[in-house]
Amino acid sequence: MSASRRMLMAAALLVLAVIAAMALFPQLIATADPLRTDVRSALEAPSAAHLFGTDQSGRDVFSRVVHGAGRSVGIGVLATALAVVVGLIVGALAGVAPRPIDGATMRINDVLMAFPEFLVALVVVAILGPGAINVAIAVTIAAIPVYVRLARVQTRTLVLTEHVEAARILGVPRVQAFTRHVVPGVLGSLSVLATIGIGSSILAVAGLSFLGLGPVEPVPEWGLMLSGGRNVLGTAWWISVFPGIAITLTVISATIVGRNLRAQAEGHLS
Amino acid sequence: MRATLTRIAGLAASVIIVLWGAATLAFLAFRVLPGDPVSVMLGPQAQVSEAVKDGIRVDLGLDRPPLEQYLSYLGQLMQGNLGESYQLRMPVAEVIGRQLGSTLQLTALAMAIAVMLALTVALFVRGRVARGVTAGIELIVLSSPVFWIGLILLSVFAFGLGWFPVAGTRNPATIVLPAVTLALPVAALLGQVLRDGIEAAERQPFATTVRARGAGQVRLTAHHTLRHGAAGALTLTAYLVGSLLGGAVLVETVFARPGIGRVTLSAITDRDLPVISGIILFSALVFVVINVIVELLHPVLDPRQRRSREVRR
Repeated sequence: MSASRRMLMAAALLVLAVIAAMALFPQLIATADPLRTDVRSALEAPSAAHLFGTDQSGRDVFSRVVHGAGRSVGIGVLATALAVVVGLIVGALAGVAPRPIDGATMRINDVLMAFPEFLVALVVVAILGPGAINVAIAVTIAAIPVYVRLARVQTRTLVLTEHVEAARILGVPRVQAFTRHVVPGVLGSLSVLATIGIGSSILAVAGLSFLGLGPVEPVPEWGLMLSGGRNVLGTAWWISVFPGIAITLTVISATIVGRNLRAQAEGHLS
Repeated sequence: MRATLTRIAGLAASVIIVLWGAATLAFLAFRVLPGDPVSVMLGPQAQVSEAVKDGIRVDLGLDRPPLEQYLSYLGQLMQGNLGESYQLRMPVAEVIGRQLGSTLQLTALAMAIAVMLALTVALFVRGRVARGVTAGIELIVLSSPVFWIGLILLSVFAFGLGWFPVAGTRNPATIVLPAVTLALPVAALLGQVLRDGIEAAERQPFATTVRARGAGQVRLTAHHTLRHGAAGALTLTAYLVGSLLGGAVLVETVFARPGIGRVTLSAITDRDLPVISGIILFSALVFVVINVIVELLHPVLDPRQRRSREVRR
């Protein structure tokens, strides 16, 4: 890895660490109560008292960004984790299933994969109805197909490798050989892909809440905050700009870390 | 000749299967889910007696057995009848048809801008540093939500510099900012794929031959390696159109433009089920048509596909 790429990776990891700290311990970082309104100090520009300024009802934007991390990033991470688990189960089983079942599963999966995540998530929300939980379900479903495909490919490759062959010759039962020697390897490659996937899941969550289909006011959530500030963009840019920067920085960092992990994993294989 | 006919028959079959699948999905989705369609349709505040609700149920055919409902639903679809909107009291086909033009203009312009941007970058951005910078910009664009890009463009070019009107549809200039917003992520994705294809082709021996004949870098790309990149990009077309449709919902909301995106959003918030299933079917149709076009275009762009097919037969 070149020096500049190592710097970039370090910066991305630092950003993710800060975001994780915000998501896990918001009370320690936030300077004010994210829900406390104060009409006298509404629409104040960023200052020492309010680092990111205040919104229309005088709430502290910095504290709302900090408290929003848990929901915005949390839903994205949770949805990705769930999608990896479902993808692993479906993909690994399809990989060892009889051909007709494998074929049918992958055909459906390919059709789902042909659509962008956001569109699939939107259709699922359209069917289930709006709400924070439904958004999480929708983003999870939208993320699954990628992992199903990778899990299937990896399973089919790993089943033929020597260490699995060796386990079988040693008399390890088939199911155990599968769970102990194939599944962990598949999970490894899925988790690399998931690091990149977290980014697109966060984007999908932000998009759906921006449309007003996710969490509702006064809950601090980045997409919703961006939407709340858009009518006063000309006069009070800080209400929308800081949550926007938070989303972009998080997604970029997750993508950079994911790409580096993938490059390393591919380097090890070849 | 026979090969062509088999191919067309295969395409037609896949079109029908995808459309039937989408119709079945839309039908099942609203049957499996908890909640009474009639209560949903009337809204939470409605004070309506059970007798009236039963009347509506009979009118909509909801009291009949599921299989019968499914078959009559498919029958109606075959005649082009998508049902009637709960909220607007108007045929779904008309609801979609009225807004289609506006979204079509927006997405077509966005696609054109995206292709132009991606091609310009592919042809003229040279060297390690310049390509690195481009890749960085693409990463930033792809990592930013499309509504956030729209808001930035809106505040800089409409509020700040005053070059474009803020919202509305009467002035033709209002379409510029939404189209650019929608185009940027598509251009970034397209640019990545094109560059990957072109760089892979440049490493092949034929590229050295072309260079040895004295062709310049732009000529090499325009006449030779771009085809390789374009073949990769073409397979992405359906995906890109999908992201234009999804993006249209966000962009139309940001710029307060009428269109399919706005119809979709209000149908979701009002739980207008017939409109939602109409839009799902409409998107499936768009998806299928585009895939067929791509399938037919591929051999035109990549002569190797033509030959290999002839050899195989």
